[in-house]
Amino acid sequence: MRKFSLLDHQLIPKHEIMLEDELKSVLKQYAIEKEQLPKIKVVDPVIQEIGAQVGDVVKITRISQTADEAFYYRLVIA
Amino acid sequence: MTISEATIDAMISGLDLPKNIMKTLKSDVMKVGVTKKELEDIIEQVMKSYDYACVEPCEAVGVVSAQSIGEPGTQMTMRTFHYAGVAEINVTLGLPRLIEIVDARKTPSTPMMTIALEEEYAHDRDKARRLAWEIEATHIEHLADITTDLANMQLIIDLHEKTLNYRVLTPDEIADKLREELDVMVNISDSVANQIIVTPNAPSYRELLQLAKNIHSITLKGIEGIKRVVIRKDGEEYTLYTEGSQLKNVLQIEGVDVTRTSTNNIGEIYDVFGIEAARNSIITEATNTLSEQGLTVDIRHIMLVSDIMCCDGEVKQIGRHGISGEKASVFARAAFEVTVNHLLDAGMRGDRDELNGVTENIIVGQPIKLGTGDVHLITK
Repeated sequence: MRKFSLLDHQLIPKHEIMLEDELKSVLKQYAIEKEQLPKIKVVDPVIQEIGAQVGDVVKITRISQTADEAFYYRLVIA
Repeated sequence: MTISEATIDAMISGLDLPKNIMKTLKSDVMKVGVTKKELEDIIEQVMKSYDYACVEPCEAVGVVSAQSIGEPGTQMTMRTFHYAGVAEINVTLGLPRLIEIVDARKTPSTPMMTIALEEEYAHDRDKARRLAWEIEATHIEHLADITTDLANMQLIIDLHEKTLNYRVLTPDEIADKLREELDVMVNISDSVANQIIVTPNAPSYRELLQLAKNIHSITLKGIEGIKRVVIRKDGEEYTLYTEGSQLKNVLQIEGVDVTRTSTNNIGEIYDVFGIEAARNSIITEATNTLSEQGLTVDIRHIMLVSDIMCCDGEVKQIGRHGISGEKASVFARAAFEVTVNHLLDAGMRGDRDELNGVTENIIVGQPIKLGTGDVHLITK
């Protein structure tokens, strides 16, 4: 098996597990609950690679054609 | 008096603006050189313009998106099978391809891969060619003539030496592979060069004919499902294009650049690279399909479609089995497709419709919650 990091691929943006206080401020900014965020499955290859658990929120730093860099948040679900 | 870079940074960094606007603002201000008062005015103007350019609250962005993609869609060619992009490789384009993308088909009608090569292989044509043979599936009919010898109850395979050399295979390798896959007697002929004799386990016609049929389906070398590989020079480096798509297996091959290799099969991208890559891939595929037909659609409309398709962690189609079929409201679903089924099922289950959405309120003739309809005034 050849080993490589998925996060190096040009199609895959940066994923990182969010810390509790950063998550709180984001949820407060949008005035929503955690469950209202978009979802990502725990079996997603990138989630497996960064080792996030169900219930975590991942912060995705997208390279956007319109905004250069945009943040997106996804809740890890089973 | 012009201000320093640090002051500009401090003044700009707190603003609620996208990163690229901030970048442009900073570089322009640096180039011209402004005073503090001037920069304040500029920032005020930029914020005003940005605010003006933003979508208004309660705007029906989905409808605008649907119209903006739908209208140019009517001008697309209905059925085009082009040999576009890459020489010789047939790819579905135009409306059929666009439908394929928004329908989130498991496999597209013409799967195709773009394989980028690592430094060492990308500039060497021979190495690229050898890699191409590693990837392209080789079957026995590419290499040999097969004759069914009914008198001696055996298959005689006459290998072409030239093709063997070209594809870097030896008769021994082929014999081993056949033995392993077919589980029968496979011998290399002593008398004739490059001849392999295959004898079925039981000397019956049925076995022999079955064997003659099965032998064609064995992949002797390469990756099953990759029908053809084309090498093309893109700028400085060689790139491989394939007919058929096997992302997972191709990434395992030494010499393939895993960071730039991609496929047009969105389902496969989702399986191997995850949901975010699938979203990016939907955007690029849809934009390319539209622009190839000479149509320009603002990328934000396509981004919205792509986001809604991927928001639940899996790629869902726009349609009866996806976004539209999962709407909470019975009326909204009934208004889309298979009206009677939805109404009947809802009636049997005793469903309630809370009339929260747009479609259902139009059906019952109430003001919709969009634009001014979504704002409530309270007197104090």
